[in-house]
Amino acid sequence: MYLSDMNVGDKAIVKKVDASENIKRRLLDIGLINGTQVECVLKSPFNDPMAYLIRGAIIAIRKNDCNKIEVEII
Amino acid sequence: MKIIALAGNPNVGKSTVFNSLTGLHQHTGNWPGKTVSNASGTFRYNKEDYKIYDLPGTYSLISHSEEEEVARDFICFDKYDLCIVVCDAVCLERNLNLVLQTLEITNKVIVCVNLMDEANKKKIKIDLNKLSSILGVPVVGTSARNKNGVNNLLEKLKSTDFNNINIKYSDEIEEKILFLSNYIKEKVKDLNPRWVAINLINYNSSLYKKITEYIGINLLEDDFIQNQLLECQNFNLVDMLVTKAEDIARQVVSYDDKNYKNKDLKIDKITTSKIFGIPLMIVMLMVIFWLTIKGANYPSSLLFNFFNFLEDYILKFLTLLNLPSFLIELLVSGVYKVLTWVVAVMLPPMAIFFPLFTLLEDLGYLPRIAFNLDKMFKKCKACGKQALTMCMGFGCNAVGVSGARIIDSPRERLIAVLTNVFVPCNGRFPTMITIITIFFVGINGSSLYSVVLLTGVILLGFILTFIVSYILSKTILKGVPSSFTLELPPYRRPQICKVIIRSIFDRTLFVLGRAVVVAIPAGLIIWLLANLTVNDISLLNHIATFLDPLGKLLGLDGVILIAFILGFPANEIVIPIMLMAYMATGNLVEYESLESLKNILIANGWTIKTAICVLIFSLCHYPCSTTCLTIKKETGSFKWTLLAIIIPTLIGIILCFLINHISNFI
Repeated sequence: MYLSDMNVGDKAIVKKVDASENIKRRLLDIGLINGTQVECVLKSPFNDPMAYLIRGAIIAIRKNDCNKIEVEII
Repeated sequence: MKIIALAGNPNVGKSTVFNSLTGLHQHTGNWPGKTVSNASGTFRYNKEDYKIYDLPGTYSLISHSEEEEVARDFICFDKYDLCIVVCDAVCLERNLNLVLQTLEITNKVIVCVNLMDEANKKKIKIDLNKLSSILGVPVVGTSARNKNGVNNLLEKLKSTDFNNINIKYSDEIEEKILFLSNYIKEKVKDLNPRWVAINLINYNSSLYKKITEYIGINLLEDDFIQNQLLECQNFNLVDMLVTKAEDIARQVVSYDDKNYKNKDLKIDKITTSKIFGIPLMIVMLMVIFWLTIKGANYPSSLLFNFFNFLEDYILKFLTLLNLPSFLIELLVSGVYKVLTWVVAVMLPPMAIFFPLFTLLEDLGYLPRIAFNLDKMFKKCKACGKQALTMCMGFGCNAVGVSGARIIDSPRERLIAVLTNVFVPCNGRFPTMITIITIFFVGINGSSLYSVVLLTGVILLGFILTFIVSYILSKTILKGVPSSFTLELPPYRRPQICKVIIRSIFDRTLFVLGRAVVVAIPAGLIIWLLANLTVNDISLLNHIATFLDPLGKLLGLDGVILIAFILGFPANEIVIPIMLMAYMATGNLVEYESLESLKNILIANGWTIKTAICVLIFSLCHYPCSTTCLTIKKETGSFKWTLLAIIIPTLIGIILCFLINHISNFI
């Protein structure tokens, strides 16, 4: 399952970040690495991007990028 | 003098800390990317002079966007005595990441945990003493906007309490770092060898390039280092730092109310909802415009009356001085009239619009706009943060252009720069409002109607932005949308009094001042053009006649074109110049109010069509001189600047041409 498949209210643990170096670094900035807990909290009016609660901050990420982040729902 | 660097994540209140230390008034907003270049200020405390640099917000020292690079370069390579890293108490864990990275460079760090009041409200407790002992550097809790804790921060500036505890990696990694740093110690000039070693292991091309430039040696060419690094390939230092931050946060932060986010989320569910998200945005825009238009009318006419009243006295006074009548005419009909017009028309709407917009900004609503609209920008292969630069453009396009630095991808940044002018800046609002009021609504008409029309014009600007962005992405700025993350900061209660004072003094008077400075020479030139004659016809008439065919083609006239051309230094003066020109060409009418302005315009052949074309042309008015200079500075290229002028002008010409000709058939 990927980050982009999550519904609002779902919580998950990041399993694998399979993205290019640039995106990876951005995700690293916001503290998204393997093992990080994320919660999907908002959907934008056009469903993309979605916003996730990551380490206490609400971060919007585009679907294209979410597709590259494998998660496991908890 | 001691040098202090002020670093921190975006939107943690760095600028507020900066202001409270220096007493300066750098504008702060509740969204990432407010500070785009280094601001510096000085202050004196305890008989010591300090110079402090407010660095752009950055999440990490492995930078991405240009503004973050400014911060990174300063922290990594500049000389400073002390680095204050400002953290957000509400979201300490992520902020610690930057603290840990900074501590790898220098141990002269003071951690300033700001927004303690917000954290208190959310029942988040932070054990600052424990944090200080874990990090080995002083930690101060502040609520800079209430000035709480700022004195403690000042006290700590003298601190010598920096214990050199490095953040330790695993033994295996530490061994490698130590080994490498010993080996390169002699080669790295005054950089911290441990830090350079860490960056060799944790290779980042852009940072590495800077290091190489700084020390003048390419360390990677060294075979010994190469061999050592081969053994380090599996070390993921950055991940470890994140984990470390998580670990520290777990020890020092406790949450009494686990659901502290819920209130914000409830609001966000509405502001970003499918049904209400976009309409709410438009309604909010309309409310601001309504208040601006409604509120500006009365003070505007008051100012008009006052200036007219003053004019008689000035005339009398100048006559008493026995000045030649030529000069009196020049000063009164030329300079004074244009100047007072600019003030009377611009000051009231600005004094209302700026504070209102600043409130929205401080509240934290703007990133939600970017969130709501991102899909559309993605469709245009641009960046959602462009919505933020557009918001900045409402104030001033030059600010919007330099604000585009928050966008990582150079391609997307260029798109944002080139299209920013489609957001009418504060210099163009008064023009638009005036024309809408007198031609579409009637001077005593409902202001709600003007608001709807103005919003319509703004939305047209948005549509043009999307279309142009799309076309650019398909042609000269080909590419795919890059990835980005956008933080939606917590809503903060704006400090209303401060906002009003600040936006009036910092923004309103600044923009007005600029307009006034331009209005004086413009008034002079236009008066001279109107009064110097060749073959008994004024120069102004010659030029107007020359431009008239082109103007007529676009539904405008020669005078309007002159006004737009002379408006290059500041868009604000377009209407006053038009007026001067019309009055100078014979139809001399006293103007006291919008009513008389309407009469002047109609007497000069204006119709509804002219008004529509002027509105459109004003929306597509090429960037003013300040904005052009900023574009040149930001893109470093004459070509892009030229394009930034050509694109809107061309679109304006095409639209006006179409409107003019299609309406002829109706």
